[in-house]
Amino acid sequence: MIAGAPVISLGAVAIALLVSLEAQRRGIRRAWGRRFFQHPLAWFGIFMVTTFVLLAIAAPWVTRYPPSQPLDIIALQNRPPSLLHPLGTDVYSRDVWSRLIYGSRVSLSVGALAMLLAVTIGALVGAVAGYMRGGIDAVLMRIVDVGLAVPRIYLLLLAVALWEHLPLVLLVLIIGLTGWFGTSRLVRAEVLALREREFVVAARAIGGEPGRIIARHVIPNVLTPIVVSAALGIGNVMLLEAGLSFLGFGVQPPTPSWGNMIADGAAQLATAPWSTLFPGLAIALVVTSLNAVGDALRDALDPRRYRVGDA
Amino acid sequence: MNEPLLSVRDLKTYFVTERGEGIARAVDGVSFDLYPGETLGLVGESGCGKTVTALSLLRLVPEPPGHILAGSVIQYEGRDLLGLTPGELRAVRGAEIAMVFQEPHASLNPVFRIGDQVSEAAIVHQRLSRRAARAKTLEMLELVGIPDPARRIDAYPHQLSGGMLQRVMIAMALICHPKVLIADEPTTALDVTIQAQIVELLERLQAELGMALILITHDLGVVADTVDRVVVMYAGRVVETATTRDLFAHPLHPYTEGLLRSVPRLDDPRRRLAGIRGQVPAATGWPAGCRFHPRCAYTWERCVADEPPLFERREPGTRDAGYARTARCWLLEEPGRRDDRHE
Repeated sequence: MIAGAPVISLGAVAIALLVSLEAQRRGIRRAWGRRFFQHPLAWFGIFMVTTFVLLAIAAPWVTRYPPSQPLDIIALQNRPPSLLHPLGTDVYSRDVWSRLIYGSRVSLSVGALAMLLAVTIGALVGAVAGYMRGGIDAVLMRIVDVGLAVPRIYLLLLAVALWEHLPLVLLVLIIGLTGWFGTSRLVRAEVLALREREFVVAARAIGGEPGRIIARHVIPNVLTPIVVSAALGIGNVMLLEAGLSFLGFGVQPPTPSWGNMIADGAAQLATAPWSTLFPGLAIALVVTSLNAVGDALRDALDPRRYRVGDA
Repeated sequence: MNEPLLSVRDLKTYFVTERGEGIARAVDGVSFDLYPGETLGLVGESGCGKTVTALSLLRLVPEPPGHILAGSVIQYEGRDLLGLTPGELRAVRGAEIAMVFQEPHASLNPVFRIGDQVSEAAIVHQRLSRRAARAKTLEMLELVGIPDPARRIDAYPHQLSGGMLQRVMIAMALICHPKVLIADEPTTALDVTIQAQIVELLERLQAELGMALILITHDLGVVADTVDRVVVMYAGRVVETATTRDLFAHPLHPYTEGLLRSVPRLDDPRRRLAGIRGQVPAATGWPAGCRFHPRCAYTWERCVADEPPLFERREPGTRDAGYARTARCWLLEEPGRRDDRHE
């Protein structure tokens, strides 16, 4: 609909390029930034994630067609990529590029929000369990044991079975509420070591109450594992969402998500591979990029990797 | 002398060891008094229970594995600190009794600016606004002799030297004007020249603010300079208490004697330094009888068989007759055996 769509798309890619180059230029001035960009895929990861985020934000301006509406079921079914439809059209004659971009809004935000929820709960539970120890710790960690013992996909399918058309908010809640167990274990282990550190004892000696000490002295010092597990977790959550949507349990059609796009195109894989290839490629690219960023963050922030003269 | 500000009676802090097969009796029946405005030295080798005693006073011993036994009493201004609820205890910590730790680098949170940490106690106890707390923090940093406090208040701990950080810790402890300051080896981690400055600072602040100071140290030089009265600890027990002058002039317990003989002296540089043979035994198995007997130069059968009580002695020559001198040694009953020293 808007003639400038290709130009704006390229503009978004260019901005992403500039942003990631600038980030690298500034980053390598600091020791941890240098460690971050030493990871071979770190720069590429930042660039890809920025690109997709920008395109998702600019979705109405970088696409020409509505994502969920069939255009011409006779003339435009399963058309290969062309100038007007750069990634082709799918079996319902919808523009694959439009669906991919609008789908990225869904996939990225479900991934980010669910991970945010999971990491927040995990960090709080882990910090409280590790700091308070004793009975509170035992109860919380047994809950975590149960959560880790039950396969997550069953929990998800159970919840899905209760709703015919799962609202997106609920999908985020379910994925988030079943994803914090690992993080809480990680944070608890860090906090157990941290609580014996002298500055925590010093904070108690001043008369700080447990809530204040956890918020001010404990959590800021375990941000590193939290941030790393969040960065690595988004990729996993996106894969989970794609898997669920592929099975028909996640994001409900006609709302596009990368998972249900693959499901829609799966039957035409031999005749119209573009309707599955591109969302598949998008998932692979973004998840790989997020994992690379997570890995690089761990390299950069993990104090056990600090060398003399750094920091 | 007036009423003690803090009196500790029969304090026992035990630790259950890792595999649960032993009990470390780190502090085992310690009693002492702290009077308003005085400096009390808590002296002894590493592993004799000084730090655990200090941590027990504010109930900062990690529980588990630590445990303060029933029957211990820590009386502060008429209240037993061991009977307080967690909330009441927090109101005492930092506001009434404050503490300075050994390692200034480890005792400050690396992710916060020092100003935020110094002001924390004022915000917790006096419910000051951020702005008022900051003004007070500046005042405190000035008081503890930090140059250019307006700039340093926004520094992170890693940007300051150890001596500066210990000044920051002192400012942090004193911001609410506590009546008791416990300083746990405040100079051990510092350079010698800085040590003297910190000790001087503590002395000056104590005089200015009129608080009582418990100075935990193994440095008898520091004791001689600053401390009014000394409690010597060995193997979880108090073995001797005396005014500093009496202690240095005439130690009663062989352990104190050994400690004093192991200090290098400028006025007699050719004298060989005498150490105390052996080392402090593990807290899981204190020796039977007198706990010092395996290392003592005067040991006889009685020391192996029975542990001496804390004898009280008021000598005519004692300067402050108001304080009782005490020592836990059979030599006080059988002074003739002092001549029978065997190396």
